[in-house]
Amino acid sequence: MIDVPRLQIESGRVVLTGQWTLAAIMPELSDLQQRLAAADGAKAWDLSAVSRLDSAAAVLLWRAWQQAWPDELNISAVQRLVLERVASQPATSPQLPVRRHHLVAALGSLLLRALGNLRGMIVLLGQLLLDLAHLLRHPADMPWRELSATIYKSGAQALPVTALVGFLIGVTIAYLSALQLRSLGADLFIVNILGISIIRELGPVLVAVLVAGRSGSAMTAQIGVMRLTEEIDALATMGVSRSLRVVLPKILGLTVAMPLIVLWTSAIALLGGMVAAMLQLDLSLLYFVDNLPRAVPVANLYIGLGKGVVFGFVIALIACHFGLRVKPDSESLSANTTRAVVTAITAVILVDAVFAILTRHIGVPSL
Amino acid sequence: MSAAPIIELRGISTRFGTQFIHRDIDMRVEAGQVLGLVGGSGSGKTTLLRQMLGLLRPTAGSIRLFGLDPGEADLLIRQTLRRRLGVLFQHGALFSALSVFDNIAFPLRELRCLDEDWIRRLVDLKLDMVELTAEHGRLMPAELSGGMVKRVALARALALEPELLLLDEPTAGLDPERSQNFVNLVGVLQQALDLTVVMVTHDLHTLTSLATHIAVLADQRLVACGPRQEVMAVDHPFIRGFFAAKAGKLL
Ligand SMILES: Nc1ncnc2c1ncn2[C@@H]1O[C@H](COP(=O)(O)OP(=O)(O)OP(=O)(O)O)[C@@H](O)[C@H]1O
Ligand SMILES: [Mg+2]
Repeated sequence: MIDVPRLQIESGRVVLTGQWTLAAIMPELSDLQQRLAAADGAKAWDLSAVSRLDSAAAVLLWRAWQQAWPDELNISAVQRLVLERVASQPATSPQLPVRRHHLVAALGSLLLRALGNLRGMIVLLGQLLLDLAHLLRHPADMPWRELSATIYKSGAQALPVTALVGFLIGVTIAYLSALQLRSLGADLFIVNILGISIIRELGPVLVAVLVAGRSGSAMTAQIGVMRLTEEIDALATMGVSRSLRVVLPKILGLTVAMPLIVLWTSAIALLGGMVAAMLQLDLSLLYFVDNLPRAVPVANLYIGLGKGVVFGFVIALIACHFGLRVKPDSESLSANTTRAVVTAITAVILVDAVFAILTRHIGVPSL
Repeated sequence: MSAAPIIELRGISTRFGTQFIHRDIDMRVEAGQVLGLVGGSGSGKTTLLRQMLGLLRPTAGSIRLFGLDPGEADLLIRQTLRRRLGVLFQHGALFSALSVFDNIAFPLRELRCLDEDWIRRLVDLKLDMVELTAEHGRLMPAELSGGMVKRVALARALALEPELLLLDEPTAGLDPERSQNFVNLVGVLQQALDLTVVMVTHDLHTLTSLATHIAVLADQRLVACGPRQEVMAVDHPFIRGFFAAKAGKLL
């Protein structure tokens, strides 16, 4: 169907025939390029038998001619137009200055970026306080719908997965400590170990990691896409404050939902631990439940719930901050979502360490 | 050249949920034709174009593109098929993570046999065709105006020197001078390369100066399809209204 592009040298004249289009020259590219190189320096070119000439082929010819018209050229008017377009282009376009990377400069820019993020979060926090003050004066502006949507999506819908993970972790810890405790003959201490570690430490941190991956990334992506599609701008033109309607319900919602998920997950993890202890150490469920309050002071529960509140707040704040920094392209969306999750988990661990230091005298049972 | 039509639709029906968009549409586009596809907003022009591309399966009916089924499972066949056509989406569909230059260079690089200098020249050439400069090549899609997005998308559609161009509202959002230039550009390309063009358009000027054939979608059916002069003379409420509006505008 396609007539093949051909090139022949006949008594000093280079004769081109066939269809010189990208699709047609592609299969024979190396062969054609060799022939063109062989015809280099020829003065007379006959293109009158070329059925089609597109700009890709025109560029090929123009480069073969060393970017100058040959002395003698036989070509139809339409095809001359194509070549003239190519000829009118500058041979090289101005190059972008190549950016060099210095170690010090890279470190500096990393630090500046971190500081910029910190500043952005502080600004967001300030805006949040202003919004809350506004809400105190105008309670009717409270975005109840968005708030309940956040609680439902990042709270209620997270229950199954957190329960599953919590149960498995509870089983694992109980099983591993049971092995150790039995060799020491201290079977009964399993209640203390499970109770304190899960309620005070593992429950909140486990949930925080799960929620950061689940809801934090979703928040960043949602706000990011809203920026991509100019929905945030549309909201602004309708006189709706983006921080009041988009950011505040997310942060408030997750702050409310987190301690509840922590409570739920810790309970299920304890259940898992109890089941494992029953199977491994023949410890009855009733004994476990009876002894839990004595082994674990209630302050631990408050610490766990307090961690839940703070973690939820931190995760949502970081997620919203990175969502608002998304630039309108898909690359920036993915980069910021990644950053949001990584930063949130790091921040949670950091805050957890601070908690551990501040509460080191509280709720530890004295033997 | 064989006499087989470039695009052939047979008995196309489309339904979204319970709502029929097309009923029993037959259409042929021959090589070298410039077909203007017109119809009211929401009459299913974009949908029909997507079906021609194999991006959407019709509820009933068959589609042949260069004699092949565009929804064909074989990856290689689909690849060669899609290299022969250039598409301009209604909203541009530029790759937001790539600069303008890389957007246009993308299909060329995918061929894996052109060197960078060749690609650069071709991209500059395409940019020039749509009246953009090499400086514009460095911008990101988010930094372009609406009309510029259209022009870059057109340049990208032209990158592979396709035999078939499918354009969804190519002149919407362009100023009159630019749309005239678009008309000239497609006209020249069409002459030089014997292009086949299917374009959705609401712009009567583009239609009358470029289209050799017109297809009219109304009431879920193809109410007319044929050479421009014949279609313009068809007695149908939509067609009369469409071209009467133009007569009014020209006065
Ligand atoms: N994915 C989809 N699901 C459901 N309905 C759809 C979908 N895509 C399109 N439609 C419906 O199909 C109809 C035709 O849409 P289409 O985009 O093809 O219109 P159009 O002719 O291109 O209009 P315009 O000129 O405004 O671009 C519309 O009523 C639209 O609501
Ligand atoms: Mg459309």
